[in-house]
Formats: sequence, structure tokens, C-alpha cells
Amino acid sequence: MADLSKITVSSSPHIRHEDNTRQIMLDVVIALMPALAIATYVFGPRALTMTAVSAAGCVFFEWLYQTLMRRPITVDDCSAVVTGVLLAYCLPPSSPLWMVLIGDAFAIVVVKQLFGGIGKNFMNPALSARAFLMSFPLLMTTWPPVRTKMPLFASPDVVSAATPLANLKQGMMPDATLTDLALGMVSGSLGEISALALLAGGLYLISRKVISPHIPLAYLGTVALLSFAFPHGCGRVEFMLAQLCSGGLMLGAIFMATDYSTSPVTKKGQIVFGVGCGLLTMFIRFFGNLPEGVSYSILVMNSTVFLIEKMTKPRKYGYTAPQKAKKAPKGEAAK
Amino acid sequence: MAYSFHGGIHPNDQKAATNKKAIEPMPAPEKVYLPVSMHIGAPAKPVVKKGDHVYMGQLVAEAAGNVSANIHATVSGTVADVAPHPHPNGTKVLTVIVENDYKDEPDPSLQPLNADGMTPQQIAEAIREAGIVGHGGATFPAHVKIQSALGKVDTLIINGAECEPYITSDHRVMLEQTQDVIDGVKILLKAIGLHKGLLAVEENKADVFGVVQKLLPPDGSIELRRLKTKYPQGAEKQLIYALTGRQVPSGKLPADAGCAVFNVDTAATVARKFKTGMNDVRRIVTVSGSAVAAPKNLEVRVGTPIGQVIEAAGGFKEDPNKILMGGPMMGVAQFDLSAPIFKGTNAILAFCGDEGKGAKNPSCIRCGRCVSACPMNLMPTYLYLYGQKGNIEACEKYDVLDCIECGACTYVCPGKLPLVQGIRSAKQLALNARRK
Repeated sequence: MADLSKITVSSSPHIRHEDNTRQIMLDVVIALMPALAIATYVFGPRALTMTAVSAAGCVFFEWLYQTLMRRPITVDDCSAVVTGVLLAYCLPPSSPLWMVLIGDAFAIVVVKQLFGGIGKNFMNPALSARAFLMSFPLLMTTWPPVRTKMPLFASPDVVSAATPLANLKQGMMPDATLTDLALGMVSGSLGEISALALLAGGLYLISRKVISPHIPLAYLGTVALLSFAFPHGCGRVEFMLAQLCSGGLMLGAIFMATDYSTSPVTKKGQIVFGVGCGLLTMFIRFFGNLPEGVSYSILVMNSTVFLIEKMTKPRKYGYTAPQKAKKAPKGEAAK
Repeated sequence: MAYSFHGGIHPNDQKAATNKKAIEPMPAPEKVYLPVSMHIGAPAKPVVKKGDHVYMGQLVAEAAGNVSANIHATVSGTVADVAPHPHPNGTKVLTVIVENDYKDEPDPSLQPLNADGMTPQQIAEAIREAGIVGHGGATFPAHVKIQSALGKVDTLIINGAECEPYITSDHRVMLEQTQDVIDGVKILLKAIGLHKGLLAVEENKADVFGVVQKLLPPDGSIELRRLKTKYPQGAEKQLIYALTGRQVPSGKLPADAGCAVFNVDTAATVARKFKTGMNDVRRIVTVSGSAVAAPKNLEVRVGTPIGQVIEAAGGFKEDPNKILMGGPMMGVAQFDLSAPIFKGTNAILAFCGDEGKGAKNPSCIRCGRCVSACPMNLMPTYLYLYGQKGNIEACEKYDVLDCIECGACTYVCPGKLPLVQGIRSAKQLALNARRK
């Protein structure tokens, strides 16, 4: 008879799909690579160092926190890498590396780990860190013009250029053509500039079933609809396309709003969430004091996720309406 | 178009190892072990004692109470003992042990029956006498299902979905015992007083459709339906929804949705009872998995120890890590190979790989895959997390008791959480809380 000493007895199921957290996170990193290629082309090799330093910083701070707190080390799930890359992507390419590292520490320690680590944070770590880094207003609003020469590691000293969104805000079309906008030959945050590269990454994530299209479509659809309906200073279609391709919208809609931890788990909820993000973004873009509203819209919507999930709990199989107890007709109680 | 339901998963079906292999009869073992509990409901009461001679098919334990089933000797010989013996559910259960005399003398009182001349009540009674229980795995006594269906049910469904990976026993039954299946459906239709039954088969069993179509009765009383290959397509509630668009109301029975569901092999067993008079003594078992030397489909006497069934399939080719009775999604892990095959055993699987190993630090990343996969439209991650916190009130609010424990959520979870395992405990706690 065979040796049964190795046998395990556990409850079903006994097989699992091979997908795991690490694989999903690596897929997100892969999906972010086309945008990095464009960033490197537009802003030079500093784009690479900034992204790499940010990713390494996040992994380091996660490791440090978990080591100090004697928690299991989970840096091998690669979720910190994603946070690091995303944070670099939503900062100006001229950001000094020390500032990037401060952002990393805030994102990982304060936003993610203090709330319990992966899956338990209720705000997007990269976007929260970006909001936190607004404490350095000058550095956060300096936009180096396209193809400025910047040092690899040292803090660059650059003169700011107008971003397409700033132009749109003032009611004029950006200097750049729509093609330049779509390709990303414009100034802006490091990884947000190329709508097409980000879209390519989004399609990859959808084809790998890492994200479902609900949030991006609801988000982009709302923005498209509102900008088509209320154009400022130019043709409807042009204005709509310019709005879709400018600022952090694509990065936000595809990579930030779809962050698992901070978006609803129900499909209906994801649509509500996406529409909410779109409405807030356009509200800020149209009426706000800031040129850009993507990051704050997503952060605000992040805080509503629990409510959205409660509201959009799927109707279970076999649901029957509860038998209502006979109530006195309205009005009678008032008498 | 293939019929289907919302949610579910698509595991690799792994059926190629055995789906082309004809059923082989396995020689009856030296001793058969017949636990008095091979069905849902009250354990049967032994009616034989040590030293008694029994015929094959003779009653050895009789149904005790309304929901219970008769148990018959599956070989002829002598009762060696009536004593506790390991049961596949992991406990020891009172078991009638019969020593085989290798004569296979059938009980002379068992005679073929003609359903045409019988009333529905007489048919149900014959099925009760035969101790026939659901062969799909749930082992609900068939006569109780018929009785509860009377007057309430307008659709008879014969379940040939076999959606669990690896298992091919129903597949082979539909191919090789097609006439028995169809005759059984006719008898069940008569017993419930219906004129039409639906035989539902998953698309991945392509060869079944041609074979069955040829033998369908010309009066159209049986309709063959094609189901999408998806797990858990064969789960009663999902099958009813796929075929009729009806939902079994929460906490109710299929009869409350006007449906009665029987497994294909249950139908074939009913047909054989009428054709030969023999009771529920045999069972088709798929023996497969990475640790099995020669995977095959075997016709096994109920009561044969698991170890001998594996031997009949060439034994282990490597030391196994896990042995299952049933499929990999809902099967029960075994540790004692002297436990017997019972009436609901559709497969014995043995694995040597690390199929189903969890992760080191399982954690929910809130990807929502479990919510999309849940065929009952529940939110498994909420149920699991509330359950872990002991918040049973919240579990009830998120309908923990509607979970059918199919395991789809655990299968898809990239964070490798033991979702359904945790939900099972939460269900138990919720039931305890309700009883208070």
C-alpha cells in the first residue's frame, strides 16, 4: 500500500485558479510600461530614474514598516511597486527625488500600512501622497517643457511651461495639436501625458481580466458627455477630445480609479463610482480653482465606496420580497 | 444556444483522462461495508445480525422515519459484523459488514416490475423499497423527492451536467446506459404525473447528444437540452434557473419553484429496479487524478473500500498528497482508505501535485472576483470577513445562509483566502444563533 503520511485533509475546494496577487500587480506594472516609454522620450532618462526610485522607495518603506512592526513581510506581492510607479506618474517630471521619497513614505506607511496593509486602505495611496505633496506647491506646479534636458538624479532647475489643461481652463484650445495630445508630446505629470499609451495599457489589463471596463468606461463616458454638452471656446468634438486626452484623466480612469482596494467590488457599484468620478472631475475642471480635478475626484469617491457597495449589493438568487406587516395607512398615525 | 446561469467559473475540466474509457465492472470485494447512513436523513436501522446469511439485494437495514432509505446487501454472503467502521465523512458509523461468498445470489423475492400497470403511489413505493437515493452526490432519498413533488411540480429535470472537473461517471452512463436513463425518466415522469422531462447535458460532453437524440421517445416526452460548460452548472438551483428561468425561493426546495431534479444515474438505477428487480447496490465511480496509475470508470459494488477501488485503477503511481471522494470543487478529503464507496460516490480522486495549496499570507485585495463568480449573487468577501470577526448579524444581513458552498469564490480568489471554508463556519454560527 502506498505511503499516506504526506496526505492532507482539508475542506473543499481542492483546486484554485493560478492567478495570484503578485501576478495581478506585475500585470499592472506591465500595463504601465508604454506610458513610461513615452515619458522617457519626452522628458529624457530622468523619467526612468524617477520611476525606479519611487518604486524602490515604496518597497523599502513597506519592508521597513513590516520589519519594525514585526508583521509578515509581504513586499513580494509587488503591490508596493505599483504604488511607487503610479506615484511617480502623477508628479511633475522635475520633482526632486527627496520629495518623491517623502511621497513614497506617506503612501505606504500612512495611507496603506496604518490601515492594515493591502486591501484595507480606503484611499488610493499614490493619489493621497500626491495630495500630501501639495505641501510643496511650487515644485508640484512646475511643468518642464517638452524635451527639456534634466539631470538623472540631481534636482533639476527648470522654467515652467503651460500645460494643455491650463490652456483649456482659460477657455482656449491648447497649443498642442490633438495628435500631440493623444500621443503625449506635451507637458504634464510624468506618466499622464500620453492618452494612447495609457489606453494601450488599459486594453492589456482588460484582456488579462485584471480590471473590468466598468469604471473606466463610466468615468470616461461621463467626462465625454459633459464636455460634449458644454464646450468652452471651440467645437464640441474638439473640446471633448481635448478634455479626454489632457491632464491625469486617462491615468486616473484606467489605473487609479480601478485600484481594487479603493473601488467597489460590485459591478453596479463600479458604474456608480465611475460616473461619480466623472461628474466631480468635470465640476472641478469647469468651476474649480484648480486646473485639474482627477485626483481629488477619485479621492472623494474613494471615501464613498463602502456606501456604494451597501447600496448596490447584488440581488441574491431566490430573493423574495419580504412580507410587509400590515401598516396603518399614512396620515392616520399623524392624527 | 446553450442554457446557463449568472456567475460561475471555468476550471480546466480534466475529463480527458477518463471520458473515452468505457465503464469496467470491478470484481466484488471480499467484504463490503454498508454504513447505515448513506443518505440525507435519519440513519437506517439494521435488521440483520452477525452470522446471518444474506442474498444480494436483501434488506440489511431499513429506513427509519420519513426521510431515510433502505440499505441492501450488495453481494451475497454472511454478515461478518454490525459495528462502527470509518465512513467517508471522517467519522465512524454503524456499518453492516458482509463477507462475500462470490455467488452473487440475488434475493429470490426481487422480481422485475412493469411500471405500465402501476399507479404513481406504487411506483414511489417500489423506489422506496429499492433504497434509491440521489446519485448526484447529495443522496436525497428519491421517493421523498417524488412525494414532495406531487401536485407542486410541473417540470422534471434530469441532471446530466456533471460540472465538476475530472468526473466522467455520468458521462459514461449517458453514453453506455442510454436506454436505462431514458426508461428511468419515463418511470419518474409517471410517478410524478408529468408528461415532459428535460434531460440537460453540458456542452463538453459532445458525444452524448448524438447518442441520446437517437433513442429519445418519439412522443417528445423527453427533451434534450444543451447547457453551457460552467461550474456549478449541475447545482440544482443553477440548473433550474438555466433551464426554466425560475429561481428557487430562498430557504425553499426546488418543488417550490415547480421543479424536481434527478441525476441521470438515479434515473438509470430506477430503470434497472423495474427491469431486473435489483435494488440500489451498484455505482459508477470515476477513479482519476495525478496520483492514479490507470484512471478509469469503474462499476463498483456499494460498500467497496476506497483503497481497493484505487487498486483496481492500477493503484497509486506516486505517493498521494490528497485523496478525495467526489470532485475537486466539493469533494471530501479522505484519510482512511478502508472507508467505503457509498451510493452518492461519483469519483475517487488522488493527487500528488500541490493542487489547491493556499498562499503564505492570504489577504483580500478587494478585486471583486468572488462577487462576480458567486452563482447565488452573494458577496463572499463580506461574508468571509464578517465571519472572521464573528459578526454573525452582518453575515445574516449579507445572506450567509443562501451560500450553496460551491467553492467558486475560493477558486477564483487571487489573494488565496479560504473564503468558502470561512463562510461554512459562519453559516454554522448563524444557524446556532437562529436556534437560540
